[in-house]
Amino acid sequence: MARRVAIVGTGQTHHKSHRLDVNGREMIHEAVTRALEDCELTINDVDAIVIGNMDHFESINCVDTWSVEGSGGVMKPILKVSTGGTTGTSVAIAAYYHVASGLFDRVLAIGWEKNSESDTTGAIITCSDPIWDRFSYSGAIPSLATEASAYMKQYGATQKDAARVAVRDRTHALNNPYAQMYNRPISIEDVMESAMLAYPIKLLDVCPRSDGACAVVFAAEEIAGKISPRPAWFKSCAARHTTTWFGDVDYDTGLLSLQRAAREAFDKAGIRSPADDLDVAELYLPYSYAGLKWIEALGFCGPGEGPRFIWDGNTDMGGKIPMNPSGGVISTNCIGATALLRVAEAALQVMGKGGKRQVPDVKNALATGFGGCWWSDVVVLSKDRPS
Amino acid sequence: MASWLENEEILTRKGQIAMPYAWSVGEVGSRFLVGLRDEKRILGNRCDKCGATYVPPRKNCGVCFHDLPDDGWREVGPEGVVTSCTVVREDSPLAPAKAPFAYVIVKLDGADVGFMHVVRDNLEKLAVGVRVAARFREAREGSILDIDSFVIL
Ligand SMILES: [Zn+2]
Repeated sequence: MARRVAIVGTGQTHHKSHRLDVNGREMIHEAVTRALEDCELTINDVDAIVIGNMDHFESINCVDTWSVEGSGGVMKPILKVSTGGTTGTSVAIAAYYHVASGLFDRVLAIGWEKNSESDTTGAIITCSDPIWDRFSYSGAIPSLATEASAYMKQYGATQKDAARVAVRDRTHALNNPYAQMYNRPISIEDVMESAMLAYPIKLLDVCPRSDGACAVVFAAEEIAGKISPRPAWFKSCAARHTTTWFGDVDYDTGLLSLQRAAREAFDKAGIRSPADDLDVAELYLPYSYAGLKWIEALGFCGPGEGPRFIWDGNTDMGGKIPMNPSGGVISTNCIGATALLRVAEAALQVMGKGGKRQVPDVKNALATGFGGCWWSDVVVLSKDRPS
Repeated sequence: MASWLENEEILTRKGQIAMPYAWSVGEVGSRFLVGLRDEKRILGNRCDKCGATYVPPRKNCGVCFHDLPDDGWREVGPEGVVTSCTVVREDSPLAPAKAPFAYVIVKLDGADVGFMHVVRDNLEKLAVGVRVAARFREAREGSILDIDSFVIL
């Protein structure tokens, strides 16, 4: 039987488009130091480290060893985990496995990226099959544009519906001084008038490229309460990968990997009605249309009901299920850190450390990760220790 | 073997990954490279916890997990002693010099860690324990190769 595990500390950098003042491992050091300060531990208390990013963004293939000065991993066991966009949730889940196994008591999860160091699309296309898929649909924008246009056709959703999602996330970023787009609110008109990248995706519908790092400390049930008076218990998680042939995707059935992962994670956590049983959601929504379609896969509303659910204000601060109080991925996207930021932000909400972005009385919080060819991770955190 | 292959070959798809990168040197590394470029000085910095002097300088000591102090900066070298070496005899497009040349690790005077560089001349005199000195390039651009090589004293 797995041990119960809780998040006891989090740390993140102030994310920017370019952090020229630090190299990658110095940037990692900032997040790690902040996470350790948050839970009043020292690096000597850490038993193992799980770290991840996407190799081709910096062209450093042994990040686990290269980064030890920054991660604090000198003479410690370290695993590198790299799963594309989901890297951040994968390192969180791997850190959870480490502690749940009973082999480690305190484990540090780190996600980071310096997207300023290379060409994002040039790096991302190396994820897709070199023989069959790399020449056409690879990179972030084309496959997402295809998904969005199919969704619009199926349900009559509009570009304005999507713009409402982008405006929500950028408005929420007003409360998050760590966000790259902190204090840079936008209007629906701004989104509609921004440059068309690939129909129907416009510049303000998509995430920026960021330099940033995030670190999260996981602890075993016996010590979590001693480290933090109000830890965020790791209630459940699930991951689903799917085929990576772009042409095999059925766009009309919704995001299948997220549906399946959510079903498993919610079953384990006792979440029956997501919109009622969850109090806040930090979702990996790399573009605005995901904020319409993917919340249906999570069961917050029925198929095709995403736009109505958003316009009714359900996902705003003060709404039924506030989404992305941090400003989300549309406000910050340091890719290897992005999904771990979702976990860290969900943990902050449970721990009551959200500051200006705190949602009142959070009991259960959801975090998700999304990657490349339609794969998904789901994590549920809770104020209540799992039974 | 399948019969259709009797007169055909299995194919490969040719490609090359050529990505431009701009790696952040950071504030600490930049101060070191500017020292090479503008003053022909090799700068290190010292951890006030364990006492180690690093070159190239570090933002934090990896062993102590402790930020290195501003007043820990100091000049090291330009002379030092070879602690390890090997002579390269085949040319490679990735090598920093034309063969034959030597890769050396130099313990610069005042530093506690080795400094990686090359020796180009008098290779027959090269051995662990010989003293060497940095020779700077005339045209310097803020790179580790602003030091052209080390010369045997
Ligand atoms: Zn030290």
